[in-house]
Amino acid sequence: MSDFTIPKFRLPGFVAALGQKLPQWPHGLALIAGLNAALKLKLLPESELTALEDKRFRVQVLDTGGTAHFTYRGGLFRPVFRPEHEPDLAFAANLSAYLQLLSRQEDPDTLFFKRELEITGDTELGLIVKNMLDAVEWPALPKFLLLSR
Amino acid sequence: MSSLPDLVCPAGSLPALKAAVDNGADAVYLGYKNDTNARNFAGLNFDAKTMSEGIRYAHAKGREVLMAINTFAQAGRVADWQKAIDGAVDQGVDAIILADIGLLDYARQRHPQQRLHLSVQGSATSYEAINFCQREFGIQRTVLPRVLTLAQVEHVIKNTSVEIEVFGFGSLCVMNEGRCWLSSYACGESPNTVGACSPAKYVKWDKKPGAMETRLNGILIDRFGDDEPAGYPTLCKGRFEVQGETYYALEEPTSLNVLSILPEIIKIGVRAIKVEGRQRSPTYVTQVTRSLRAALDALKDGGERYHVKPAWQAELAKVSEGSQATLGAYSRPWR
Repeated sequence: MSDFTIPKFRLPGFVAALGQKLPQWPHGLALIAGLNAALKLKLLPESELTALEDKRFRVQVLDTGGTAHFTYRGGLFRPVFRPEHEPDLAFAANLSAYLQLLSRQEDPDTLFFKRELEITGDTELGLIVKNMLDAVEWPALPKFLLLSR
Repeated sequence: MSSLPDLVCPAGSLPALKAAVDNGADAVYLGYKNDTNARNFAGLNFDAKTMSEGIRYAHAKGREVLMAINTFAQAGRVADWQKAIDGAVDQGVDAIILADIGLLDYARQRHPQQRLHLSVQGSATSYEAINFCQREFGIQRTVLPRVLTLAQVEHVIKNTSVEIEVFGFGSLCVMNEGRCWLSSYACGESPNTVGACSPAKYVKWDKKPGAMETRLNGILIDRFGDDEPAGYPTLCKGRFEVQGETYYALEEPTSLNVLSILPEIIKIGVRAIKVEGRQRSPTYVTQVTRSLRAALDALKDGGERYHVKPAWQAELAKVSEGSQATLGAYSRPWR
């Protein structure tokens, strides 16, 4: 196991200013591809997935200026290119907070208490997503993501 | 010296259970994905399959699994709770944690060999109440509500042969376990009835310029500035205007942390120390279990030179609600 930990950091303001001017779909598609890969590996529980049907999500990385809009329909996560309504559920955080979450280095409630993770919209849907990700047993993640001190 | 108390850790999911076991919990506690337990949140808890896998994992490493069926059976649906008890016995859990007297009686009659614990939700704070449950239902352990001072806990221990479990770390609520209806006051649902305090469907986080508003079923319960720490969206942790002043009128968002009085807790004969937080992630379980395990192990050899290591304290402080901690009622100077 590695001793590497992800520090809390915030990218300089100009990164976000620049990021907002770039096309928003490449990182969005990467996120969606990742989610669909998790689906394919049957990592996400069926019972919770039904609650996601037709819901619209927004994941915003504040300090890169990146935003991904997507939905879950017919067993797949799909990008939403021109969102017309407010999403059902929206996450907003700096890149370091997302990395700490995904690597299970920090607890989502901790980040929320410290105001480093913002969740708005349908709170119950947010809880379903949070608990769904917590319940995933990541089998094939590269070693550097399975951090332990 | 007295032997070390068991470290009892929360498991809201299979990864959390494994995290607890791998980081030194002596026992884990868990519940089904329904309203038979007091952490009935969307997406949380175990179905029959993950539960048997979890029990297998814990038992293979010599740890215990305690099943919380700690809500009160609702009229017309008592069979659901009885079925949960039968299922827990079938799964081979080491103990069932119950609060409802009718269910304690059912478990005692139907499964006389099954070890039973009285839940904190059972609200037994006196040795008379505890001894009654021992006599009538054969309970072997009770979880004390977080309302007693250390001296009062000691007094209870001296007057009962039932094992005593106390809370050692975790989010504090208004500390009226089993008797709190504040959540029902706001949304018509509470831990005692549906297994959840302030259910998420009633919670709204409203982002305003420079502030975040928390609403519970439409009732404004708090407003945070951008740099202020947040807490759980419960009525007891809201800020209200009372006689012209706006403050935490009922309870501040805070976590219980007994690290500094751990030697005393062991000395008075507490049998198990419980960590709150089945709603938290595997990461929290890892962090808290690891710190408390290290602290307990430091007391293994009498612990005359025990001192709280800054690293344990820092790790626990980080995951605390409102990022602050308290000794709660244990050190309360008033009666």
